[in-house]
Amino acid sequence: MSEATAVREDARLTALEKLREYLRALWAVVWKDLAAELRSRELLTSMLVFALLVILIFNFALELDARTRATITSGVLWVTFAFAGTLGLNRSMAIEKDRGCLDGLLLAPVDRSAIYFGKTLGNLIFMLIIEAIVLPVYSVLYNTNLFNPGLVGVILLGSIGFVVVGTLLASMAVQTRTRDVLLPILLFPVIIPVMIAAVKASNGFLQGIEMDAIRPWLNLLIVYDVIFTAVAFMVFDYVVEE
Amino acid sequence: MAVIEVRKLVKRFGLKTVLRGLNFSVEAGEFVAILGPNGAGKTTFLRILASLSRPSLGEVRIAGYRLPAQASSLRRRLGVVSHLPLLYGDLTAEENLRFYGRMYGVANLNQRINQVLEMIGLEARRRDLVRTYSRGMQQRLAIGRAVLHDPEVMLFDEPYTGLDQDASAMLDKVLRNVAASGRTVVMTSHDLARTADLASRFDVLSRGMITASIQRSQINPDQLLAFYRQAIREA
Repeated sequence: MSEATAVREDARLTALEKLREYLRALWAVVWKDLAAELRSRELLTSMLVFALLVILIFNFALELDARTRATITSGVLWVTFAFAGTLGLNRSMAIEKDRGCLDGLLLAPVDRSAIYFGKTLGNLIFMLIIEAIVLPVYSVLYNTNLFNPGLVGVILLGSIGFVVVGTLLASMAVQTRTRDVLLPILLFPVIIPVMIAAVKASNGFLQGIEMDAIRPWLNLLIVYDVIFTAVAFMVFDYVVEE
Repeated sequence: MAVIEVRKLVKRFGLKTVLRGLNFSVEAGEFVAILGPNGAGKTTFLRILASLSRPSLGEVRIAGYRLPAQASSLRRRLGVVSHLPLLYGDLTAEENLRFYGRMYGVANLNQRINQVLEMIGLEARRRDLVRTYSRGMQQRLAIGRAVLHDPEVMLFDEPYTGLDQDASAMLDKVLRNVAASGRTVVMTSHDLARTADLASRFDVLSRGMITASIQRSQINPDQLLAFYRQAIREA
């Protein structure tokens, strides 16, 4: 086949067909991650056990009165989410590396950002499941009411920011020999803005502070999510290719 | 007409040059075995052909598509089997094929999965988790995954690695089927005895270049080892 013929064949795909292909590939990656996890339960189990242990350790390490406890809740929660999330990200990409599956994904004739967004969405689902279990456990252990719609919104925005950057960095780290230790070293400095904003906004909602004081932190979370989603979309192809 | 055309290909990793101006061409329907010692650059070369690695310099064209610029379109026409199976252990054989079928947009997927499982002889184990498979069965399923979207060009990187005699014989059979279907095949291997029966041409890659090439019709299989040794010595 000549180069001109090859190019003509590709041009025949309409924008709508390309979008359909893109979404089909993205969903295939999410389905694969969920199906594999449903069977092995390795990732969710390790994330959950780790998150509960962190909460328990904090509970016993910080012997605080009720008022002080309320002020540290958002900090303890986000440290727990970040640690458990990092464990999940490492495991999620290690599965792709185990039998060379990452190469299998990269060989597929789809825009590689579809693979990235599929992995990101899968990781986000796992993280949200863990958070949904951790919140009521924390409420009981610390005798704090966490059922606040604003807090749920902050957790969603913060988790998106964490997973968007984390999935990108995990796909870089997984190609190195020191992948287990490299990911937290790369990830934690980059997520400092999202962690600060998420802790401040969560604390604002839990303390019943006025919305005007919380809004800048929410804006920071939204801007961070948008910028890093765009950055990951642009650079993922270069990150995974030799 | 050449399906694969490679000119003056150079690949560097930092200061280390692995491929040094390699030229290579494969006609439609040919089965080319690339032989070479460890570290010669065989896997690097195949990864470039598979669009998994970018060339540092040179021109690579496969089925009319230029790499790396048109890699995404080319991948639909490529099937790749490496010494790793590229399969998910926690999914069944059928689920693995379904996943890759969706990624490649294979039409009539259920029917195609049945055809492929029959071809590789894994119909009876289709609902078993891949992690319970032997190495040989995983490699057969890996070939099934690679032919699922009916590619024109197939690349095999050391497919016999880690297989026992029975599994290798079984893989031979599957490879013969693949070759008989008229696909263009490029395979790297250390196993001269097995490639001697399968390939229609033998190229020797040494120190980052193709140093010798011979058609199967021009050489007696018994003389292949001597040909290979001489090509390595002269490199």
